[in-house]
Amino acid sequence: MIRSLLFIPGNSPSLLVGGGFLGADALILDLEDAVAPAEKDAARLLVQNAVRWFKRFPVRTIVRVNALDTPYFRADIQTVLPAEPDMIMLPKSGTRSDIEQALSVMSVTGNEKTALFPLVETALGIENAYSIAASSPRVYGLLLGAEDLTRDLHTKRTGEGAEIAYARGRIVCAARAAGKEVYDTPFTDVNDDAGILADTETAKSFGFTGKASISPRHIDPINRIFSPSPAEIREAQDIVRAAKEAEKEGRGVIALNGKMIDAPVLARAEQVLASISAPTPVAASITTDKADKKENEERSDKEVSDER
Amino acid sequence: MAKIVKRATAGTMESSDAFVQIAPADDLEIELHSVVEEQFGEDIRALIRRVLNESGIQSAHLRVEDRGALDCVLEARIRTAVSRAAEGTKKGDAQ
Repeated sequence: MIRSLLFIPGNSPSLLVGGGFLGADALILDLEDAVAPAEKDAARLLVQNAVRWFKRFPVRTIVRVNALDTPYFRADIQTVLPAEPDMIMLPKSGTRSDIEQALSVMSVTGNEKTALFPLVETALGIENAYSIAASSPRVYGLLLGAEDLTRDLHTKRTGEGAEIAYARGRIVCAARAAGKEVYDTPFTDVNDDAGILADTETAKSFGFTGKASISPRHIDPINRIFSPSPAEIREAQDIVRAAKEAEKEGRGVIALNGKMIDAPVLARAEQVLASISAPTPVAASITTDKADKKENEERSDKEVSDER
Repeated sequence: MAKIVKRATAGTMESSDAFVQIAPADDLEIELHSVVEEQFGEDIRALIRRVLNESGIQSAHLRVEDRGALDCVLEARIRTAVSRAAEGTKKGDAQ
């Protein structure tokens, strides 16, 4: 299960190459807002190579391309898709037609594996969230983008997030109705440690699968809050065990510690156990090549100079 | 075979990046300055020759200022410089 998604600028090698070590479940390599128009061509080729580089790490790769109505969209897809990222993130997804157009361009490359991850960040997109999520089996899930959305709503972001409460509720309901995953918008104040915790707890209470981030500092709290606690895991194991025993004994009613377990409680327990059985990224053991030698050289040089 | 028709650059002098400059020339000339030249100079030159060969470039003057770029970064910067110098396109063009 993907809990945390970290945005990384697509034309910044120093940030790109370290991305696999930051603990995020998925990296969003950004070709859109983080790249100046004059550098779009350079970023595309860098991201294409970076996607291949990240295949040695247990991290999913998502490429945020430029929007459909820009002159960059087709070239982004044509350059990046051959590297087979796990997903393409489509900004400003507003209608089912947007998804169909994007999939049509993607199909020309012959890549049938890469999923589509719509970024919903307009009022139109929020209102059409279900039809976007349900538009194709190739849609992985939805990401809420609150910065553009609040501009579209003629309001502004606050730490409490009351202005996006409707959008959060609607996008979660829409994605779940379509059987898809759903992710919360980044918390943008990178120095507010209490704020990221509160905002992530709020996102979890809405029913999001996980949360995006623009800062590596937010990855740990996101992963922690979106992982079940040891007590939750034990309780889920007990419920599933009780259900199996009841089935074996031909009992229609499941009971645990004197309390009846109904179907939604059992289903929730199964969800908890499914979420912990998914692979969790850890630092990969990487084969030694020139790149690693370079890194080691630089590290040892730094250590030597630090010792001096 | 692609032909370098003008001078072009790609990348930056920042750490982990490489700055690549390419210009028309009668022969293939590679000028490398790297923070890890002593250890990996030959490997980097081999990578440069491979990328130029794959791009169909047989003659050009290529200057690389390597700031500890990984192979995947250096390759992307060379391909970008070649694309900018060979196609007659401007930096950042969509296609």
